[in-house]
Amino acid sequence: MSTAEILTEQAAERLPDALREEILEIAAHEAHPRAACIEALSRVQHEFRWVSDAHLREVAGLLGMSAADLDGVATYFNLIFRRPVGRRVLLLCDSVSCWLMGRERIDAHLRQRLGIRPGQTTPDGDVTLLPTVCLGHCDHAPALMLGDELHGDVDEQRIDAILGLQPETGE
Amino acid sequence: MIERPLTGRIRPGAPPPDREAYERTGGYQAMRRALLHMTPEDVVGDVTKSGLRGRGGAGFGTGQKWSFVPKPRAGQRRYLVANADEMEPGTFKDRLLLEGDPHQMVEAVIVSAYALAATDAYIFVRGEYKLAIARLKQAIGEATAAGYLGADILGSGYALSLHLHASAGRYICGEETALLTALEGRRALPRSKPPFPQVSGLWGAPSVVNNVETLCNVPHIVNNGPDWFKGLGIGPDGGTKLYGVSGRVKRPGAWELPIGTPLRKILEDHAGGMQDGYQLRALLPGGASTAFLGADQLDIPMDYGSVEKAGSRLGTGTAIVLDDRACPVGMIRNLEHFFAQESCGWCTPCRDGLPWVERMLQALEEGDGEDEDLHQLERHVGLLGMGRTFCAHAPGAMAPLGSGLQKFRDEFAQHVHQHRCPWPAAGVH
Repeated sequence: MSTAEILTEQAAERLPDALREEILEIAAHEAHPRAACIEALSRVQHEFRWVSDAHLREVAGLLGMSAADLDGVATYFNLIFRRPVGRRVLLLCDSVSCWLMGRERIDAHLRQRLGIRPGQTTPDGDVTLLPTVCLGHCDHAPALMLGDELHGDVDEQRIDAILGLQPETGE
Repeated sequence: MIERPLTGRIRPGAPPPDREAYERTGGYQAMRRALLHMTPEDVVGDVTKSGLRGRGGAGFGTGQKWSFVPKPRAGQRRYLVANADEMEPGTFKDRLLLEGDPHQMVEAVIVSAYALAATDAYIFVRGEYKLAIARLKQAIGEATAAGYLGADILGSGYALSLHLHASAGRYICGEETALLTALEGRRALPRSKPPFPQVSGLWGAPSVVNNVETLCNVPHIVNNGPDWFKGLGIGPDGGTKLYGVSGRVKRPGAWELPIGTPLRKILEDHAGGMQDGYQLRALLPGGASTAFLGADQLDIPMDYGSVEKAGSRLGTGTAIVLDDRACPVGMIRNLEHFFAQESCGWCTPCRDGLPWVERMLQALEEGDGEDEDLHQLERHVGLLGMGRTFCAHAPGAMAPLGSGLQKFRDEFAQHVHQHRCPWPAAGVH
């Protein structure tokens, strides 16, 4: 079974009771339950890596929103993933300071080393490569985020080390 | 000795001061002074007299912004929001304040919320700022445990709930009405003004949205007085400013300096000048949505009025440097890609105009541009300008384009007539 199939299967399951409770608890503290929707989607994503249709419908139900309404919010935000992603998500800044400092070279290197284009996941389900807007790390451009970790002043060698890739043999 | 009230406690690379360390160096004194010895009107008065202007980009007078909030009514919720959605490309100043001194942010919110008689406050922080989020959570926990948040703070009778909202990534949330819409759990579309948020903001209640750096000045104004604050600046504006420089300079970074410090001093003394082998071509003085200034304009003081007179805006005060080895058209294409992607899609000129602008710039870069494209780009600067769109997003996007078309007329023409980008692949050496 491929990683994508496993993820898809998990994503069809009902949300764990503890997570449902958490979401209801956050919603109860807001002036209106829907105010909790970004936090709720983020928590679902934290547990399942992405937000499936089934989970989206379930969260919408908990917050008294229609699924279409919540999907409108979910798809509006860059960091809510509505498609499966890899175990690690690499966000490579594509904004101006990083561009000036040579981010196109980093992008080309990543495509070559991972064998994928931005928006894709490596076939083993390890890494999803995504472009992102300015990470606010412009004094250390080019910058990227891997998972929750911010990395600056990256070059080809540093990227390989950050990703734990074997050095290139030069062949 | 330059006074650095905002960054005095920040030690790069070291963990931020915890509550006790913050208090040992005078922290939470402004909160005590305001809540126990001043009326909310006194605090608003001091902020107004100080001349503090917004540090997020627009430069609106903070005291004036606060003055539009109606008198409190019993039982009515009122909101203060710290705008920590720092997503303007080339801007990295608020992150330093949030990560380096989170208790300063918390105290700033308490004092400002008290001034506005707010019942609830939010810190709206972009989701990518993981370290800032973790440190703010810690600081809010410590402040709550000490009785600085919650009911009857310091026995003053004033109560405040402070919530931390981690956003999920959208530049337009930095626009105050879009931010409020996002807090309501909706697609973050800007709202029409009037009504202004001070009258009808979050859930229809009076709400004030201020930038992180703006708010962080408030405790220092309360502690030291408006005259002290005015004296910190060099020119007509009061206070200090976090200035930054990114691009091919020797020491990219951010520095707290007297507001009105000349651009040349920031670039040469603090950023160390250009890297060897690179010449300064032009720069965006205050983030992606400010107009280019040329290398011949470095002697302007970086205050609101002077930068405007020079044809640009102070913006966020963090400059992006274009060197002679990067293609100006490529740089502008990169900027317009950002603005096209981050358009909220609500109004037609912005939603459809920005991608068109991006495609024309892309065509120029790929050698498919024509003279007519240059004319079309110029037309769009007007068509997407101030007053033609629902909010300031597209007009902001036109600032680097309009000024770039003037400053780099020859380079644009070269792209057309040589049918290629004259710079090497990717436009950057």
